[in-house]
Amino acid sequence: METENKSIRRDALEKLFSQWLAAGKRILAPKKIADKTDFAWIRTLDEVNLDQVQTVQSPKTAIFPRVEELFSFKSSDGLVQIRDRDAAALGEIVVFGLRPCDAAAFAALKAIFTWDCPDRLFSARLEKMTVIGVACARADEYCFCTSLGGDPGATAGSDILLTDMENGQFLAEIVSERGRQAVQTASGLFAPAATREKESHLAKVEPGFNAKAIAPVLASLFDDAAFWEEQSRRCVGCGACAYVCPTCACFDIQDEGGSSGKRLRCWDSCGFQLFTLHTSGHNPRPLQSQRWRQRLMHKFAYMPERQQVLGCVGCGRCSRACPVDMNILEHLRAIAEAKP
Amino acid sequence: METLKNKARELLAAKTVQVVIGYGRGSGGSSRAMFIRDPRQADDLVFDGACLQNLAVYLMKPEVRKLGKAALVAIPSTLRTILQLAAENQVGDHDLLALAVNAAGAVVPLATLNAIETHVAALDNNLSAAEKEELQKYESMGLDQRRQFWEEQFSRCLKCYACRAACPLCYCSRCTVECNQPQWIPVPAHDLGNLEWNIMRAMHLAGRCVNCGDCSRACPVGIPIYLLNQKLIGEVFANFNFRSGMAAKTDNVMSTFKPNDLEDFIR
Repeated sequence: METENKSIRRDALEKLFSQWLAAGKRILAPKKIADKTDFAWIRTLDEVNLDQVQTVQSPKTAIFPRVEELFSFKSSDGLVQIRDRDAAALGEIVVFGLRPCDAAAFAALKAIFTWDCPDRLFSARLEKMTVIGVACARADEYCFCTSLGGDPGATAGSDILLTDMENGQFLAEIVSERGRQAVQTASGLFAPAATREKESHLAKVEPGFNAKAIAPVLASLFDDAAFWEEQSRRCVGCGACAYVCPTCACFDIQDEGGSSGKRLRCWDSCGFQLFTLHTSGHNPRPLQSQRWRQRLMHKFAYMPERQQVLGCVGCGRCSRACPVDMNILEHLRAIAEAKP
Repeated sequence: METLKNKARELLAAKTVQVVIGYGRGSGGSSRAMFIRDPRQADDLVFDGACLQNLAVYLMKPEVRKLGKAALVAIPSTLRTILQLAAENQVGDHDLLALAVNAAGAVVPLATLNAIETHVAALDNNLSAAEKEELQKYESMGLDQRRQFWEEQFSRCLKCYACRAACPLCYCSRCTVECNQPQWIPVPAHDLGNLEWNIMRAMHLAGRCVNCGDCSRACPVGIPIYLLNQKLIGEVFANFNFRSGMAAKTDNVMSTFKPNDLEDFIR
């Protein structure tokens, strides 16, 4: 559909939230927690913090929770009964205040979870999610969306994108049918837009490297062990980068309980030594440098090849969260500049 | 700063060490670990108040170990870590050269564990005034309040294990959480899994943690894990009159059996 431009007053958001909550929707939005801002389930506008450049974690938990029950089981008299998690019982969710990079990241998650065998729970959650993005007024040195085709005011992935016009009003770009429905339901809160000029209210993010140059160089670097060791020597092998990433989709399966219990899907990370450890004891990626290579290869070579989508949106979270300052933008620049 | 750079150049040129592990400039004015093998790279070394990472974590990393003998730029907690690693037979005498920087900015090379012990003994290894104040505030909470406090904190734990990876004393090649025959700790990052993981981690470091604070700085969601470590440092001192990271040859409080133990259940 063609984008419609409307406007909404900042103080009207409170009413919008009340309407969503009254309709049984849950709201996931950036909230200040101690000295950090992170996505949390909120009930009032007061709880929401839109001043931060970026949250610690991405909003992927809305459709890919860090722990999720897939089914429950019960065994008695030699028979095992399995009860699938009821996807129809999953509630509707509004993700509010996420940045354009995060909104764009849902496409990468979708590409993975619906690739060969559509994931039932993921697809159900995606169907029940409304995405209300807020354009970036500020960026920091870790942001690099513009190197990967995004920008601080991009609408892709949002149902409605709000831009703070700095006069108590948000420009509301209604991008999808779901966005239009959300506006219709909130009768009276949205008004015609006085202007749709938003550029002057957006952050400037200079492109840092040529993304197209990355894949062929990566392919040529695969066997260059020294290159990857040099890049990753200070990496300590935790999963912080993967867990805060809006597109990292790897998971682990855990069964809990004895003769009756649950099967759970939990986040996992290719940075962990155990991730590729075989039952035989063999580990195809025994070194951290090989695991770092895998992280970049998966995002910038394998996903574009297999799913026609980049596995990175340039949100910069992994760099901000890294305990040892592995700055992904710096590493990508070095790769883009390496000779294939 | 120049003395540190000169020392690094000298050590590498003379092949006394194969690598100098120090701090370089990181993103946004921070510092980050750097591994210098070419004397010309020594120019990039920095040392200031932003240099907080405990670089001893790299002594246990295979990719770093294979570079050869290391000189390690060492802040006080790094020196205590080296002694604790030695007490646990992970580092031997003359395995590395610690480069301590004293208050006047002079570099003090410490080539033996004995030299490190002497240097550490002269430092103030107590909690800082701010740390003490925060710990007292925590200890003044009642049991229910404390439980509530940790339930709220651990509800945010992602189980990314950044705390474990950043800790130089969490060097087990296979952590208890990764054993599933039997499964000791639930893997999922749900309430029980998070509670058990964080308590197990703290208990395994009781009598070993040297309070470098890297676990807490590493935590992406900002859980104040240091409170558990500092609380246990106090408990271990009160009960066993022992402080970790002070001696290169010592028994570990929590894993040493003595026939004259005060407790009946253990005899």
